[in-house]
Amino acid sequence: MSELVKHVVVIGGGMVAHRFVEALRSRGESGLWRVTVIADEPRPPYDRVALTTYFTGRDPEDLHLGDDALWQDPMVNLRKGIRATHIDRDGRQVRLATGETIDYDHLVLATGSYAALPPVEGNDLRGCFVYRTIDDVAALRGYVEALRRERPGQPVRGAVVGGGLLGLEAAGALRELGAQSTVVEFAPRLMPLQVDDGGGAQLRSLIEALDVQVRTGTATAKVLGARRGLVTGMRFADGPDLDVDVVVFATGVRPRDELARSAGLAVGERGGVVVDLSCGTTDSAISAIGEVACIDGRVWGLVAPGYAMAEVVADRLLGGSATFPGADSSTKLKLLGVDVASFGDAFATAPGCLEVVYADAVAGVYKKLVVSDDARTLLGGILVGDASSYAALRPLVGTELAADPSVYLVPDTGGLPLGDDLPDEATVCSCNNVSAAQVRGAVTDGGCCSLAEVKSCTKAGTSCGSCLPLVKKLADTALEAAGVAVSRGLCEHFELTRAELFNAVQVTGARTFSEIVERHGRGRGCDICKPVVASVLASLYGGHILDGEQGTLQDTNDHMLANLQKDGTYSVVPRIPGGEVTPEGLIEIGRIAKDFDLYTKITGGQRIDMFGARVEQLPLIWRRLVDAGFESGHAYGKSLRTVKSCVGQSWCRYGVQDSVAMAIRLELRYRGLRSPHKLKLGVSGCARECAEARGKDAGVIATEKGWNLYVGGNGGFTPRHAQLLAEDLDDEGLIRAIDRFFVYYIRTADRLQRTAPWLEELPGGIDHLRDVVLDDALGIAADLDAAMEQHVASYSDEWRDVLEDPEKLARFTSFVNATDVPDPTLRYEQERGQRRPVLVAGDRIEVRG
Amino acid sequence: MTWHAVSPLDALPRDRAVAALLDDHQIALVRLADDQVFAVDHLDPFSGAHVMARGIVGSATVDGVEVPTLSSPMFKQAFDLRTGRCLADDSKCLAIWDVRLRDGMIEVRSRVPGAAEDRPEVAS
Repeated sequence: MSELVKHVVVIGGGMVAHRFVEALRSRGESGLWRVTVIADEPRPPYDRVALTTYFTGRDPEDLHLGDDALWQDPMVNLRKGIRATHIDRDGRQVRLATGETIDYDHLVLATGSYAALPPVEGNDLRGCFVYRTIDDVAALRGYVEALRRERPGQPVRGAVVGGGLLGLEAAGALRELGAQSTVVEFAPRLMPLQVDDGGGAQLRSLIEALDVQVRTGTATAKVLGARRGLVTGMRFADGPDLDVDVVVFATGVRPRDELARSAGLAVGERGGVVVDLSCGTTDSAISAIGEVACIDGRVWGLVAPGYAMAEVVADRLLGGSATFPGADSSTKLKLLGVDVASFGDAFATAPGCLEVVYADAVAGVYKKLVVSDDARTLLGGILVGDASSYAALRPLVGTELAADPSVYLVPDTGGLPLGDDLPDEATVCSCNNVSAAQVRGAVTDGGCCSLAEVKSCTKAGTSCGSCLPLVKKLADTALEAAGVAVSRGLCEHFELTRAELFNAVQVTGARTFSEIVERHGRGRGCDICKPVVASVLASLYGGHILDGEQGTLQDTNDHMLANLQKDGTYSVVPRIPGGEVTPEGLIEIGRIAKDFDLYTKITGGQRIDMFGARVEQLPLIWRRLVDAGFESGHAYGKSLRTVKSCVGQSWCRYGVQDSVAMAIRLELRYRGLRSPHKLKLGVSGCARECAEARGKDAGVIATEKGWNLYVGGNGGFTPRHAQLLAEDLDDEGLIRAIDRFFVYYIRTADRLQRTAPWLEELPGGIDHLRDVVLDDALGIAADLDAAMEQHVASYSDEWRDVLEDPEKLARFTSFVNATDVPDPTLRYEQERGQRRPVLVAGDRIEVRG
Repeated sequence: MTWHAVSPLDALPRDRAVAALLDDHQIALVRLADDQVFAVDHLDPFSGAHVMARGIVGSATVDGVEVPTLSSPMFKQAFDLRTGRCLADDSKCLAIWDVRLRDGMIEVRSRVPGAAEDRPEVAS
């Protein structure tokens, strides 16, 4: 390492530390500093804001922030599970609990907070928890599950002390764990720091409707315990005792400033390391950021100000002069499924300001805007029950409203100006401090052409995601203004999107391309819209994809029912459901490959690919395969490909369900299903997940009680982990859920849009999908079920059908005037005992999308 | 240049192409819905593979005029069937062949460089 490279040590491995390292490493001058992060917790930084999702069965690794590649960077050293014990300011050294010392040129304190345990008698009994880290949450989960095992049939009774943001999160967590839950709040209302009395009352009634009990204005006097030191109940300053088994304390956090104190750095009256607007402490070689910093006399317990501080210090270390831009306590949350948002001057403290309130107890909504004395400038607001307008309203704080304030509160007046009138400097994503100008700039200057690109370029919407609808709107508007053909239409022949075209065709009942292009488009079609129309027709009406005019619409893969390779020959993939194949089948595939001299390779989807088949050979090869009992594997289609499985319960020591049987059942059900893009499934027989099901569009993982269903995963260019849709389904429930998911996706996705980006752009995301698939929120479940039943009933092997139909067979000729003469230019050489093509002419070029 | 009889028009599907072999040379024959027939090289200049006849037939608007196109099945570039010009990359084109119909038979001949362009014939 060069002498010129300086060393910055970060104490703390939370969200703000992560942001600091990311900011430091993402800039041009980043070679100036190497970074060591000393993290107390035994894992990389994770999304603490989303901690509760741990209870919805998500893997703790899903909470990891950003790209794990950051920690592979040779300039970054993450030391997990190690505590710093001492700072030697004179020697510029940090001592670790291991006794080791680390030199620093600059030190960043990002130690965050600890959960405060109120001085209540009995707070150390077994069954008392705090709610701050993954370990806290895991311990709570373990305890509740153990109680349930010990006392089957008895409810687990939980209480949460603290009715603020964290307390309601914890109550939600208890509820997810199947425990009863009571929230005890000292203040007269829930979330006293975010909402007013009206909002608090509405929030309370919404939460009580979810079977969570609420006691406000109640001081906890004591936690009661039994002989073995286990929690049995709670006593209050007044009112009757409450029988409980678990108590979660969520009464706030305190800065972890003890290292700074013992190093002699100045700390604030109520804790926190005192820093100036450059985040510098009283020692110029030490900065403090995030919840441990006391900036401008205040400690911020929100992630957005912490991120801003991280950016400031990174900038300063790289020679910049950034200062903390200030922050506000705007928040938008979904607690127990209830929207709560609070922004700007929510409590109407500005002199002369006016409040405009809309409350609808029937709909369960409370909304308040605070405006200036002339009712023109928006100052702040509170939204409970429906915070959908938060993303649009919050950036308008401090600006003049374009309409009467009530327009912004009353639902469905259609008058809500969303996005377009937003001033450039307005903050759109408060988590990552991204302005409207940056989002617009990503399109106009950054060349971003989609929401996904804008997200990746600006980081907007990548934390809590609440601003995504607004980001999308801004990006779309900018794209349109830039004249980029955001005509979201398919191509020059259709101004409709694929989903719109699907609907249109469904409604008009058109069955041929000529009819469809005449009604809904123009011209004679192209390589983009013709396959889309073919796919739509296949989804709506079934039938053979080469029937009549439909055959002319197909891309060469579907046209030849095989996959085109670089030399113009094709590859052949027979279906091997679930990856299960008999030795006889394997031998026959081997014989066929040998007879036709096909290059063979095992695919990632647990089947066998045979390469180098010429057009005129395809029917001969398939005659042999069909006779041996094989059928088309649809490797060529935008359709179901494979259902990958592990060997499961029948052989595996760990398996808890028969994953192979389920994989075969699924593959036989969905084979031949046409969709906007390829579809892959995986079935794992236990949580070890050997089938890598979470990398699939639909991933099924066995549990003791049934199956967990994950959706929206894929490998490829942008790998995604699938998200949990439903837990512990029985066989029929699993199939019903996948049926509905697939048909809903097929009907509404864009061209070549896989399930992951579809789910990302689906308004409401996975929650909405769950509502549709499990709860039939749109009332379309019967229709979705019927569509899948129609598919299953009408399935027929495409290759067998071709072999039986001379008209379809006729296309498998090399030349119209020399039907069996092979392409004379094909050349091969031997490599590792098989042949590979030698191309004589032609350049390599990039594939057009 | 002599005319080669290649195939009866009826053997060609509409709005799709087929390959044909002329001695050693491979061409793609395209029959549109209105029975206009075009002949271009089967060799895809981008991939170097003989695959053009397996592409999708369609149309594109070029300078305000709707022209018939054939797209390479390999990397999807579209070519103007009238001129052989690649719409995505001016530096590449397909050689084009003159086409005529004699008694329901499609005949083609190599286009003489510089010769006046024959209109493709429409079968009656």
